[in-house]
Amino acid sequence: MTAERPVGVTASETTLHAPLGLLAELTHRCPLGCPYCSNPLALEPRDDELDAATWSRVFQEAAAFGVLHVHLSGGEPGVRRDLVDIAAHAREAGLYTNLITSGVGITTRTMRDLWEAGLDHVQVSIQDADAVSADRIAGYRGAFQRKHALAVEAVRLGLPLTINLVVHRANIERIGAMVDLALGLKASRIEIAHVQYYGWALKNRAALMPTADQVSRAVAEVEELRRKHHGRIVIDAVVPDYHARFPKPCVGGWGRRSLNVTPSGRVLPCHAAESIPGLEFWNVREHSLADIWTNSPAFNAFRGTDFLPEPCATCERRELDFGGCRCQAFLVTGDARATDPVCHLSPHHARIAELAAVQEDKPYDYRRM
Amino acid sequence: MDAVVPIADDAKPRLPRGVRLTHSEAQGGFVLLAPERIFKADAIAAEILKRCTGEATFAAIVDDLATTFNAPRERISADVSKLLLGLAEKKLLEL
Repeated sequence: MTAERPVGVTASETTLHAPLGLLAELTHRCPLGCPYCSNPLALEPRDDELDAATWSRVFQEAAAFGVLHVHLSGGEPGVRRDLVDIAAHAREAGLYTNLITSGVGITTRTMRDLWEAGLDHVQVSIQDADAVSADRIAGYRGAFQRKHALAVEAVRLGLPLTINLVVHRANIERIGAMVDLALGLKASRIEIAHVQYYGWALKNRAALMPTADQVSRAVAEVEELRRKHHGRIVIDAVVPDYHARFPKPCVGGWGRRSLNVTPSGRVLPCHAAESIPGLEFWNVREHSLADIWTNSPAFNAFRGTDFLPEPCATCERRELDFGGCRCQAFLVTGDARATDPVCHLSPHHARIAELAAVQEDKPYDYRRM
Repeated sequence: MDAVVPIADDAKPRLPRGVRLTHSEAQGGFVLLAPERIFKADAIAAEILKRCTGEATFAAIVDDLATTFNAPRERISADVSKLLLGLAEKKLLEL
């Protein structure tokens, strides 16, 4: 090696070609009923599900045009009897495989089979630090204990573990305790995910919405926890949308970095995209994944930043946040092209503050098929 | 980097479970994949990382690279150290 240039491994985002991640929703069946589930209200029935052979083809196509990570998810992927086969197919295609599971529906035996099939990573969510509250939020008695057992087993096998903490009014004051729980499980990563209001979470918004005071305390607490645990565990966190100044770069830009395949094979730019009227989605049963990514009307609807109105059109952040979330813009302003009203520069920003001020103590409308 | 703890000759560097080096035709080269993170690995980094199997010692890896690329051992040792220490700090490698 006589090269003068430095030997390198460099962070990728700007130099790799899109897309990078595939969310494979293997099923919408799930034993839990979390009131903020990111699946759409119109859950897809079991008899529409793609079979393992089709997923195998999808994974091969994905790898061929540059996808590197696949997230095996759902619903609850563990309800698929052919989950291990599907994971093996993903591995055969050369994809990095992440299992996103509720912990309920995956036995110790299946976990071991997945490990042997080459699974790279596991992600489990925790609803609260307290079992009673956690099970109430999940709408499933025993969920807390099952998640704990699965996490322990994954780590025992040597799999890296991410714990996902979905934060909202019912648990926002126990972030510290939830982080301690994740540390106790020997997670290598924690995602602190404040609820985002689409689909089921939108239905339950008033029951989930934290107060502004709770949010500002939580943001400070998370910063302190990140400092305290730096070097020991990675804590990824984002300020909740409705209390932010600028919008999130939703899915890394529409049709830019990732794609979702639903259980029936529909391909979406993001999990909430079906909430925008007038979009035409294509299905892997009829088109190749590359064709869908490049040519489907839904993927092209909001690609790039040229369609954005002011204030985005001349904003220096245009290529950082892409004007925020299209689905949120549609849900709150009625116009999917508008600046995401989460942005303080949006003419509709006051509406976000109005919505953020509504808290109701009422029972959850649990996610059910 | 000033004073750095050198890597022991008998250390056996390896990618931990959950971190994979793979070649992607579509991405035009080697990539290092980790949970929610992706890194591009240039051709030389890839040659080094391919040898980090948890069985070869640091000294043996350096020897192998020096022979394969017909380059001075001290230079290789410095390059490899720098790469591996950087990755270990990001928890992408175990020494």
